[in-house]
This record gives sequence, C-alpha cells and structure tokens, in this order.
Amino acid sequence: MPINLDVTAHEHARHLRAGEYTARALAEATMDRLEAQEPHLNAYVRLTREDALTQAAAADARLASGDAAPLTGIPIAIKDLLSTKGVPTTASSQMLEHFVPIVDCTVVARLREAGSVFVGKANLDEFAMGSSTEHSAFGPTRNPWDLERVPGGSSGGSAATVAARGVPLATGTDTGGSIRQPASLTGILGLKPTYGRVSRFGVIAFASSLEQVGPFARDAEDIANFLAAIAGHDPCDSTTSPLPVPDYTEGLGRGLEGLRVGVPDALFAEGLEDGVREAVEAAIEVFAANGASVTRGIELPTATAALPVYYLIAPSEASANLARYDGVKYGHSNHDGPTATLEMARTRDEGFGDEVKRRIMIGTYALSAGYYDAYYLKAQKVRTLIRREFAAAFERYDVVLTPTAPGVAFRLGEKTADPLAMYLNDLFTIPANIAGIPAMSIPCGFAQGLPVGLQLMARPFAEGTLIRAADAYGALTDWHLQAPSALEGVS
Amino acid sequence: MVAAQPEAASTATRTAYEPVIGLEVHVQLKTRSKMFCGCERDYFEAEPNSHVCSVCLGMPGMLPVINEQAVAFTILAGLALGCDIPAHSKFDRKNYPYPDLVKGYQISQYDQPLCLGGTLEIEADGVTRSVQIERIHLEEDTARLLHREGANGDSYSLIDVNRSGVPLMELVTRPDMHSAAEAMAFLRTLRQVLRYVGVSDADMEKGSFRCDANVSLRPVGTTTLGNKVEVKNMNSFRAVGRALEFEIERQARVLSEGGRVAQETRGYIDATGATVSQRSKEEAHDYRYFPEPDLPPLETSRVTVEELRGHLPELPAAKRERFVAQYGLTPDEARQLVETRAGAEAFEQTVALAGPAHARDVAHWLIGDVTRLLGTLGEPDAELTDSKLTPAHIAELVGLVGQRAITAATAKEVLQAAFESGEMPAAIVDARGLRQINDDAEIDRVAAEVIDANPQAVADYRGGKEAAVKFLVGQVMRAMRGRADPNGAAEALLRRLQS
Repeated sequence: MPINLDVTAHEHARHLRAGEYTARALAEATMDRLEAQEPHLNAYVRLTREDALTQAAAADARLASGDAAPLTGIPIAIKDLLSTKGVPTTASSQMLEHFVPIVDCTVVARLREAGSVFVGKANLDEFAMGSSTEHSAFGPTRNPWDLERVPGGSSGGSAATVAARGVPLATGTDTGGSIRQPASLTGILGLKPTYGRVSRFGVIAFASSLEQVGPFARDAEDIANFLAAIAGHDPCDSTTSPLPVPDYTEGLGRGLEGLRVGVPDALFAEGLEDGVREAVEAAIEVFAANGASVTRGIELPTATAALPVYYLIAPSEASANLARYDGVKYGHSNHDGPTATLEMARTRDEGFGDEVKRRIMIGTYALSAGYYDAYYLKAQKVRTLIRREFAAAFERYDVVLTPTAPGVAFRLGEKTADPLAMYLNDLFTIPANIAGIPAMSIPCGFAQGLPVGLQLMARPFAEGTLIRAADAYGALTDWHLQAPSALEGVS
Repeated sequence: MVAAQPEAASTATRTAYEPVIGLEVHVQLKTRSKMFCGCERDYFEAEPNSHVCSVCLGMPGMLPVINEQAVAFTILAGLALGCDIPAHSKFDRKNYPYPDLVKGYQISQYDQPLCLGGTLEIEADGVTRSVQIERIHLEEDTARLLHREGANGDSYSLIDVNRSGVPLMELVTRPDMHSAAEAMAFLRTLRQVLRYVGVSDADMEKGSFRCDANVSLRPVGTTTLGNKVEVKNMNSFRAVGRALEFEIERQARVLSEGGRVAQETRGYIDATGATVSQRSKEEAHDYRYFPEPDLPPLETSRVTVEELRGHLPELPAAKRERFVAQYGLTPDEARQLVETRAGAEAFEQTVALAGPAHARDVAHWLIGDVTRLLGTLGEPDAELTDSKLTPAHIAELVGLVGQRAITAATAKEVLQAAFESGEMPAAIVDARGLRQINDDAEIDRVAAEVIDANPQAVADYRGGKEAAVKFLVGQVMRAMRGRADPNGAAEALLRRLQS
C-alpha cells in the first residue's frame, strides 16, 4: 500500500497495525519529505534520519509482537527545547549550539517508551522567547501557508512541520501561548495542558511557573492519544500533579450537547483583525447551533492584566533560569581572559540573542532590591486574582472561548523591530498560563487565505473537555482538514 | 585562645567597649543523598567530580527534588534547640554569579525558614548564659574551587562539583555573645548538640561545620549596636578565636582613635592571624531572592513535628543533670562523661554491668585512664567503640578492684593489657598471677623486713615525720610487686612501729 503522509497519527497507527506498511517505510517516506521541505521551511534545527530509522525498526518489532501503543511507529518532531540524550539540544541558541544532553527529558523518555519515532529537533525562538520563530539563532521558520510569513512561535518549527504534513505530531512548549499561537497561525490543533499535568524535567527552562509541554496535531483524537502518552506524575518534577491521567478519548464523538460556553467579549474587544473576528463569530454560531449553551459578555476583568503580569514573572524566572549559561560547564565559552568575570560576561554577550538579553535584563530589574515589591510581588498578587477569576467563571461555564491570536500570520520582519507589538500577539493566550489552566487552539476559518484559530480554556485538569469540544467542532467543520499549498510539488 | 595582636589596643581602651557577636553557622547534614538529587552525599576523600549528576551539575532543564531526610534533620536540629517549626515554609532562589555555583543561583530559604527562634545555653569563663537563635534554614552547598598555578606561572582554577548540592543547614544567632570565648563556647556546644542528634559530623576541619561572625563594638553600658563587620574564612576553632580576638582589638583601636568602623566583610588570614577587608557595604550583593518555582511550598504538620520530637535523644544538658542526680557524680564528672553521646552511652552500659554502687568508680576509670588510652589511638575523637575495650571490660575491672581481688595499681596494668589485647581483665589477672595478696601473715612478714631494711625512715617516723610511713608502704608494695592491699600494708607497718 502506498503511504499517504497527509493522514493523522491514528490513521497511520491503524495501517501499521494492519501491516499495510512498516514503521520503517513510514519513517523513510517521512524523512524524504522532511528533507525536501526543509530548504523551504527551516522547521528543524536538525533532522535525525539515522535515529528515526533505528527507532522505526524497533517499532516494527513491537508491532509484530502485538503490543503496540497508539504512538508506536508514529513520526514525531521534538521541539529543540526538550533534552534528547545523545542528540544536540540547542534551544535555538548559539549558547547551546553544541550542547548534548546526558539524559532524556521525561516527555521524550515517555514517547520513546511508547515506541514513537523522532524525526528531528524542531526550530523555535531562542529559549522559547518569541512569537514568530524569528528569534532563532539558526534562522526563521516559514509558514507553509505563505513562505513569506511567520508560523508563530515560539514552537514555530513544530507547528510548521505538522501543518505542512511533514509529521502528524509534534511536541511544543507553551509559556505564554507558544503552542496555541503557532497552531492558530498554521491551521492545526495545539494544546497547552494544565500546569503540572506534564513533566518539565529536562525541558530547558524559560519561565518555570508558567510553561508546559503539549501536543500539536491535526485532529482531536491525535491530541488525546498524544497527551495520554506524555501526561502524569513524574517523581523528577515536584510540580507535577499526582492526579491519575484520565482516558482522553472518552469525550470523542460526544458532540457539543450541553457544553456551557462563556465568551469574554471585552477581553478581545480591541486590536482584533476583522477577518479573525468574523471567523471566531462564525465558530461561536456553530457552537450555539449545535447544542452548546453560549453566554456572551462574561466578565474576566483582571485577565486584561495578564500580559503585564506575564512580562514581569516570566522574565524574572528567566533571569535566574538562564544564569547557568556562564561558559564554565558546557555550551559556548569565551576564553579571551583576563578575568573569569569578563569571560563569563563575554560568553553571555556572544551566546545570547537580543530578545533573550532583553528579557534577562527586564527580569533582573524586576527582582532587584527596592523593586521586588512593586513588580514581582505585585504581579504574583494579581496572578492570584486572575486565577480566582477563572475559577469563578468555571463554576458557570465548561469552557471559555476567545480568539487564539489577534491576527493571522504576519510577514517575516514585520514585528521584529517592535517588541511590544510582538508581545501583544500573546494577549489572549497568556491568561491561561497565568491561571495554570488548560487551553487549546482549534482551526476555525481563514482570513486573507491564512488560518485563524479559536481558543478554548477549561478548568484545571479538564483537558478531556477541551478534547471533546475540539472533536465535536471538528466533526461539524473541515477547517482542520485544509492543507497549505505553498509546498505543493515539494516531495 | 589569645592570638598574636600586632596592633593591640591598650587593655584600658579595650575594656571601654563591649563586643557584640552574632554567628552564622553552616552545617552539612549527614544525609544519604544530596539535597535535590540522588547523588551520594558523602564525598570525603572521593575522586573529584565523581559524585555528580545532571541535576547537581546544573544541566539545562534539570529540576530539584527535595530530600525529605534533610528536611527532617533540620527540623530535628531545630527541635533540639527549642525552635518553633512553622507549618508553612518554602524554598527561594538566591541569585549570584560565581563559578562554584552551577545554576547561577542557590536554592535556599529567605523569609520562611524551617525553624524560627530557639536558644542554646552556653558556659564560658565559668558563667552560664543563653544565646538566642534567630532561625535555621536549609539550602544547598556549592561546588569547590581549587586554585592552582601552572608550570608557566599562570594561575587557574579547578572545580570539584562533588560538594555541589550537599544539604546545608544555616543557623543564625542573635547578637548575643560578647567575647571570643563565648562565641567559641557556643560553637562547641552547638557542635555537641548536632552530633548528639546525629544530623551532622559537624567537623570544622572537614568543612562540615563552618562559621561566619558579625562583630561590632559599643561603649560599655550602651545598648545601640555599632557598625558590624562580617568576618569570614575561619576554618577551625582556633581560627575563630584568633580572628575574633583580632577583630575586637582592631575595632577597639579604630574607635579609641576617634575613627568609625566601616561596615564591611573581612576575611581572616590564618598565616598572619589578621582580618583583611574583602568588600564594603556598597559592594554587597543584591541576591534578588524570589520563591523557587520548581518546588512546592513545604507543609509541616504538627503530627510530623511531634513524631520527630519523639526521635530526639536525651540532650547533653539534660543528661548531665540526670547523671548528677542518678549516679551521684559531680557536675564536672557528668560534664566530661556526656561530652559525646557514645561516651555517655558507654558509661551507662558499664554501670548497668558493674552495678549502680560502682557508678563513680566507673566514671573515674572512663574519665581517667580509659580516656588517656583512647587518646593514644591517634584519632581526635576516639570512642570506646573504636578500641578493643568494651563496657564489659571496664565493669569487670571495677568489680575486681571492688572485691579487692586486685589493687588499684594492678588494675592500671590490667587495663593497659586489655586495651592492647582485648582480653578480659579477670583472664589477664589469672594468667599473670596478679591477684591481690590479702594474707595478713605474709604482709606482716614483709613489713618486718622493710622496717629492718630502712632504719632511717623508721627513725624519721618515730621523730614525728608521719609521711615516712608512705615511703615504707611503697617499699612493701614494691617488695610484693604491687599485689598487696596498700591499706593492709599500712596497718601492718603501723602496728609494728607503734608497738
């Protein structure tokens, strides 16, 4: 049987189990396509064909023995922020260009156990700081819908390669929208789990109290299987929850009947592109027309403060998390002397890009004596208020619906000169990180021929609700089935 | 403990000021693994960088996991020192760049330490006083830098990461001490308590017990605190004494000459016995503390606290009082016996075997000859368990003396033999024929011989020199190779001399 690379992971899994093609054949076909696409997309820092073929051979043995998991033999892209034992993990930074981890991160270890096949390390904004993947030391990733546009970020490489039908699944990380915004800009699904649902062990840290690893996929069932494979308590990450991982496929096929949807209109009243507004309004109609009870104008007044709160907490944590890159132990290192202090300073000046330096400086300032109370501490207090505000909303609604991003994919270079304009891209996604709640972006239409995403947020650990809603919406619409055409004819 | 004072202030000047001293003590905890990873904690004499993993090396993405034993040890230490154990505690990041700090921040505790308050009774210069403890918190130790010089004269540094992440307890006192002697008494007493509780080796020379001191002076009779100087780099008890003496003298001199003591950090230089300025108040670090996001807050229930309290051993002060009351010892004997927990245990085990009537005899043997013998083992803190002697040896020896089976002089010889071979005292006595001669006729016969052989001593005695009897007793003992009962010998001599 010829291999159709455009299908979802669960379709591949069905064919693999049926013996219609082997994991090795799938891996080879996948690597061929990725290698052909790469000159156009730059979705990867590194493709790992040899490792993929080795893993695929092991997956075939497992498939033959009949104990295959849903992800066995499935090609997956790993964001290059996730430590992979023996394979360079760069965070798309000059600082870690040659850094080779000595351990797998827990998510990668679990995916290995599930028998999946790693095709390569996906490009990102340096240390996950950015919303366009332009802040990568290894060049920007391009959007397969329009190669002159960005795929969003920071998990832009992961989103672009899934959207381009290079792989069915990819891992992302989401600190302020880094999964959902690129999912929105590339027309695929992306889920940020509840804080503590997925282990952060071995994920190169940016803002520890905000970030989670999550899946990119092209339908809700794949999101469910992927999340189930990586979620759950990890003794190596004390911030993971001991709650058992539910069966996320349980909500599949259950429709929208009775789903209580709250729409905080005031939250996205300003700065929204018309095309995005139209697509999201149409999506809300679909929800309302198919059994969901939609309430407009719900109040989340403090959530508007999430952006400034984020830009105090995230840089503060980053300023400490990135302090270890001093050239002493690993990574880029300056040896020009004459003093250790100067060498450390030059190491960091040469190794970090501008956006990373900007955030380290903001964070260092916010934590300084005399400013801590006014900035960091106040931000934490507002954070508590935002969390309570969402908790109150979720007593009345199962999901809160917003656009994922204020606009569609923008042109390369359009916002790099204006950090604030770039930051505003995460206006709607950041509240979920501040509140620690799960949130998902789902394709909901097109504007100017470019994908638009809607965001659903739910109460802590209610990922199942998001998957159910995404599945039901996907059954009613075909936005997620639209494939980009910019790479037609490539492989 | 008086250091050389190159620039000593006059005694009169010095007595015009009262030193005020507060201590910060860092104690490595004797846990099995490190503070936040599974690496073996005990790196003593280990190959450099052999007790390391991706966590304590500060690799990207690695996360800390709290060592519960270290938390329990810190709470135990706190309970032993009478601290409050708050229900809520947390870890914070203390940020500063240094090559020995692998993450660029140290996981420590800022505003919610594990233990608050507390006191420790100390005795210095014959005066007992109580030092208040401000707080005890838990943190991780740093790596160790080894500074070297290459063949071409270039200096370079090596990093040993074995120490990185070792659980470190920091205890901060209030400024309650007023002399170097008091500071040292505090440190010795604290070390004793920590060793009793079993949470640390508390060995200054091995670096598991480290101390910084805040020293200021104020005119006697005033209560306002003067500018304080933090003194660092004191690596032994002797160093603490010398550094504090030096610093007190130095500040007294500055003040008496009308100067101001600069608020600064000074390092102690062992070779010269002096402290030198390291950094001023203006250069002090801003550590940018914030709550450690990788670790959940620590919740300590009352149940846990009481459970831990139940594991506390009897502490030296209580044990000392009990020994005085229960065994009729003098306070000084009791103090010596409770010096170490193992020593006190050896005493009580021996008394249990020898019988309570012999408690003081046991005490004398342990404090005297046994301690002297243990000193010959060449280890600074050798205990009975480090030797071939056991409580059974000592109890049997005390019993033999009590039954007048051997003389005190013989007993010393027997103890020495038992110490060397591990043989039981009774067996040694029998094998060597050392049983005391209680045969009056035999003693009388020897007494007569001694009187005949020492006419001068006899004349001295009869001339009123009572002490001459002691010489004659010695002669009897010597003639009987120490096996005579000295009292019997004296009686026999006197009987003949007075008749």
